[in-house]
Amino acid sequence: MKHSKTWQTLVLAGVLSFSVPAGAGTLEDVQERDELVCGIDGGLPGFSAPDNSGKMQGVDADVCYGIAAAVLGDRDKVKFVPLTAKERFTALSSGEVDVLSRNTTHTLTRDASLGLNFTYYNFIDGAGFMIRKAMGVSSAKGLGGARLCIQAGTTTEQAVGDFFRANNLQAFTPKPFDTSVQTREGYEAGACDILSSDKSQLAAIRSELANPGAHVILPETISKEPLGPVVRQGDDVWFNTVKWVLFATMNAEELGVTSSNISSHKNSSNPAIARLVGKEGGLCKLISGVLSDTCFYDVISQVGNFGESYEANVGENTPIGLKREGSVNDLWSRGGLIYAPPLR
Amino acid sequence: MSKFTPIPAREPPASSVGVVGWVRTHLFSSWFNSVLTVLILWSLLQIVLPALQWLFLDASWGGANSDACKTDFISPEDGEHYRVDAPGACWTFTKVRFVQIMFGLYFAAHPSEVWRPVLMFALFGGLMAPLFMPAFRWKWQLGVFTLLVFPFIAFALVHGEWLGLPVAETNEWGGFMLTFFLAVGGIVLALPIGIVMALGRRSDLPIIRSLCVFYIELWRAAPLITILFMASNLLPLFFPSGVDFDKVVRALIAITMFQSAYTAEAIRGGLQAIPKGQGEAASALGMGYWKNTGFIILPQAMKISIPGIVNTFIELFKDTTLVGIIGLHDFLGSAQIAARSPDWKGYDFEAYVYVALIFFMCCFAMSKYSQHLERKLDTGHKER
Amino acid sequence: MIRGFVFCGESLYSPKMLEGDKTGQVVGRDIPLHRDPKIRAIAFQAAAVLFFVWALWTIGSNTVANMEERGIVLGLSWLDKLAPFQVGFSPFLDNVLGENIYWRIFFIGVQNTIYVSFFGIIAATLLGFVIGVMRLSPNWLVAKIASVYVEIFRNIPLLLWFFFWYFIVFLPALPGVRESISFVDAVFINKSGLYLPLPVAESSSAAAVFLLICLAAVVGVAYLVRWARKRQDWTGKQFPALSASLAILILVPVAGFYVSGSPYSLEYAKLGTFQLSGGINLTTEFFVVWFALTTYTAAFIGENVRGGILAVSHGQTEAARSLGLHHGQNIRLVIIPQAMRVIIPPTISQYLNLTKNSTLAIAIAYEEIASIWMGISLNTTGQALIIIAMTVGVFWTLSFLTSALLNWYNKRVQLTER
Repeated sequence: MKHSKTWQTLVLAGVLSFSVPAGAGTLEDVQERDELVCGIDGGLPGFSAPDNSGKMQGVDADVCYGIAAAVLGDRDKVKFVPLTAKERFTALSSGEVDVLSRNTTHTLTRDASLGLNFTYYNFIDGAGFMIRKAMGVSSAKGLGGARLCIQAGTTTEQAVGDFFRANNLQAFTPKPFDTSVQTREGYEAGACDILSSDKSQLAAIRSELANPGAHVILPETISKEPLGPVVRQGDDVWFNTVKWVLFATMNAEELGVTSSNISSHKNSSNPAIARLVGKEGGLCKLISGVLSDTCFYDVISQVGNFGESYEANVGENTPIGLKREGSVNDLWSRGGLIYAPPLR
Repeated sequence: MSKFTPIPAREPPASSVGVVGWVRTHLFSSWFNSVLTVLILWSLLQIVLPALQWLFLDASWGGANSDACKTDFISPEDGEHYRVDAPGACWTFTKVRFVQIMFGLYFAAHPSEVWRPVLMFALFGGLMAPLFMPAFRWKWQLGVFTLLVFPFIAFALVHGEWLGLPVAETNEWGGFMLTFFLAVGGIVLALPIGIVMALGRRSDLPIIRSLCVFYIELWRAAPLITILFMASNLLPLFFPSGVDFDKVVRALIAITMFQSAYTAEAIRGGLQAIPKGQGEAASALGMGYWKNTGFIILPQAMKISIPGIVNTFIELFKDTTLVGIIGLHDFLGSAQIAARSPDWKGYDFEAYVYVALIFFMCCFAMSKYSQHLERKLDTGHKER
Repeated sequence: MIRGFVFCGESLYSPKMLEGDKTGQVVGRDIPLHRDPKIRAIAFQAAAVLFFVWALWTIGSNTVANMEERGIVLGLSWLDKLAPFQVGFSPFLDNVLGENIYWRIFFIGVQNTIYVSFFGIIAATLLGFVIGVMRLSPNWLVAKIASVYVEIFRNIPLLLWFFFWYFIVFLPALPGVRESISFVDAVFINKSGLYLPLPVAESSSAAAVFLLICLAAVVGVAYLVRWARKRQDWTGKQFPALSASLAILILVPVAGFYVSGSPYSLEYAKLGTFQLSGGINLTTEFFVVWFALTTYTAAFIGENVRGGILAVSHGQTEAARSLGLHHGQNIRLVIIPQAMRVIIPPTISQYLNLTKNSTLAIAIAYEEIASIWMGISLNTTGQALIIIAMTVGVFWTLSFLTSALLNWYNKRVQLTER
């Protein structure tokens, strides 16, 4: 009964009389509510955006589906809350959302000063530049003095500043826009020469411009932007749950377990797979007694492994079109950076 | 002594009556005015005709996708056929995206539920229409019903939970409907606070008066954007952890606070206009403060301040567009997003014109209504 | 039976309650404590104060508890730290890109807010007067155009105007940097805005002499105007003060410029790879914010002007005519001074509205206080409480100054009625 709660709160607000509720763990809260509240972007194709039938799709959305499958046994028991870059941390720390899966970069400042815990990365990104082909610039080193459209309140702006100073380029003129829609509109109308954002987003933005061919993404990656789900500090059980849901999808890919073949692995003799599907080890119960033994099985069977999610949402055959092979987002065994601790 | 018979008055010269006379006195009264008239007529032709052509004559109305707004073009250079944008407005866009722009994403994704907001707006129209009929006698009661009961009916219909319908969570609300809810909800919640604050500001008790002045000036001095930022960043800090608010509810709280200060000032204007004699007469009859206020002062003051309240409501209605800045998809925001979707690239001009036209119609009608009320309610009792 | 008392109002003479007794005579008797207006006044106010303090305390303690829980440290030391982002537009304050501390970001934000509001107020006043006078024009067409203008601008949200002027009109219409419109290679207009030559002082002593000469011209004009008015009061003779002042204000500085040995040279904007550098740059964002605020507010000021002029009774015009004043003198000396009394108070609150509305610039990348302070700085520091309090504080100060100005003006022009 979400709404009776809202109205109660309104009444509370009216008379300003409140008492502090006793805080149980997030995991128990989610199970009691029988619904996971997940903070996402909601308008970022490939990460989290509604498809034609209004269902949220993307690698960030898949993290939410995965956690719901592990904790509640049903991937669809998720309520998505779209958040702007500015309000996302307040929303998480105030308890408005249980987990924040909104292409959020892990940095020291955020880790240390916001009261949050970054779990692990579901996409490893880096900032880059997009510019009009007609400007005739082929390297980011030639961008000194340019006007830069940027979404206010992202880490990209800092990365760009660092890059310009490290390379002794003439300072740029920032044009900070409030939303990604306005940033794109400003760039297209000519308010600036270059648009800077994470490279995954640049690809998406370019595909949405009126004439994508007239714009080029420069080769340089100027920053490290490891993106992943975030939880509140001080709830280690929930922290471990979210972290290991993510690790399980990576382990599943390493082991060759996918959503379509996992049912055939149910009685696997391979000890690693047996632990993944919950036949041996009782790993889920180690995280918390309230999880079922098959929590990872539910994740893989309902949402798929890490690679499946990538290919379905941002891979080469999607409008985003990011090639995975040989990129940092490939498994460590194939030269990438995706390396999950073992399930044992 | 013969009777004095005045000679009949001469007819006015033909040049000062009728169409010719009107034109002469109103358009060509001096050489300067004549030049002005000709210049203005010429530039109007330059602007209005192409605008009408774009809006209506060349516009595309039918079709189901952006192809309806394109036209065949044979390049004179290579003789190839191209599909290029037609010269007129593309109203196909607003037609296809109508539900998204008007009612938000939830109803766009669930076409079978669209009847709910439609019925809500129809009910609202049905409730408002009698207010414009001079013969209708129950205006006062109807107004109170619209203010106190209708919001709950509207919420129940659109949200759905109370009626057992599929639930449309408030964070999935959007479009014109969200703008409507924020503005109407804001004024309904702000009215009681505004009345209390206006009475407090006129009170003889110094502490109550200064608290009310503080409250009113606090919200009036700050721009709405800062108040919306306050609601989205600070409100969660003000409440014990675990108390969570919907984004829409947070925006509504901010709008209510902001609006209550303006409503209070409008009502204070009404209170000031009541002649002192009214209150004094009531006191002489032995009425206490509450009776005096409730039966004598307030009914008259509210009547006088209705036009002022309607004017603040118009401002509020326009200001709700700012909720886009804290991430809600209101009317303007929904239209912008619809115009940036991959299949409707480049129709943002149409989106802006569409939103502007609807805002204009609503606000213009309301301001004319408020002027009409002002004239009608002016019973000559105001203190000037 | 009539019972009761007057709770507020001067008609209360003594705290006695009047009540008819059995014989029908009205007798006074002491009233019970809970009905004594003085005691009730104290009780009511005490309750209000208690409620207020309790609400503040609850909010305060919740906030402290929440911030502790979230590890947000309330303090001001971060204001001296380096801000990790850059600000592009700062006409007066030093703005070394990437080397600003948060204090400086705050002041740059305040500066940009005041800067655009200042020019907006001037332009909106001028345009508003034109619109207001046009609405009363004897030419029907002119009056209609003015009223259509007012209706269109008043009934469409300002944010929509911002988007419309920025994304639909000005950005697409202005030429690219390499196709800039230029006037004698000194003034350039392109998508980045307007570029003007910047006067640079070559020798500071000569520049000081020049500035002193300019100052002397201003002081001289002030004296001239006072003298002319005095002479008119005594002798009735008019002196062409306006044209004489203009002549002094233009000619003396020009002469002074050469006398002091041309202490300034002009720095022209030069084309770089992406944009022009050097000179004075008024960015497109600044221009659009200014333009949108001006056109929008002028519609409201126009209505004030119209109302003010209509409020001057026609008898005044008739009296002026019978004294032999011609039309221009009537408007200038009789109508406008009286209309100003009605026009100025609502217009000053429009000035405040314009300043508050400048925060909408957050939507189109003009870097004023809402954008770089309440938007970006809040996001990089997470210090929501202090940042929002400082922002609100700025507007409080502006609003306080405005109402002080208004009160001063009202006192000054108050009619001494008989």
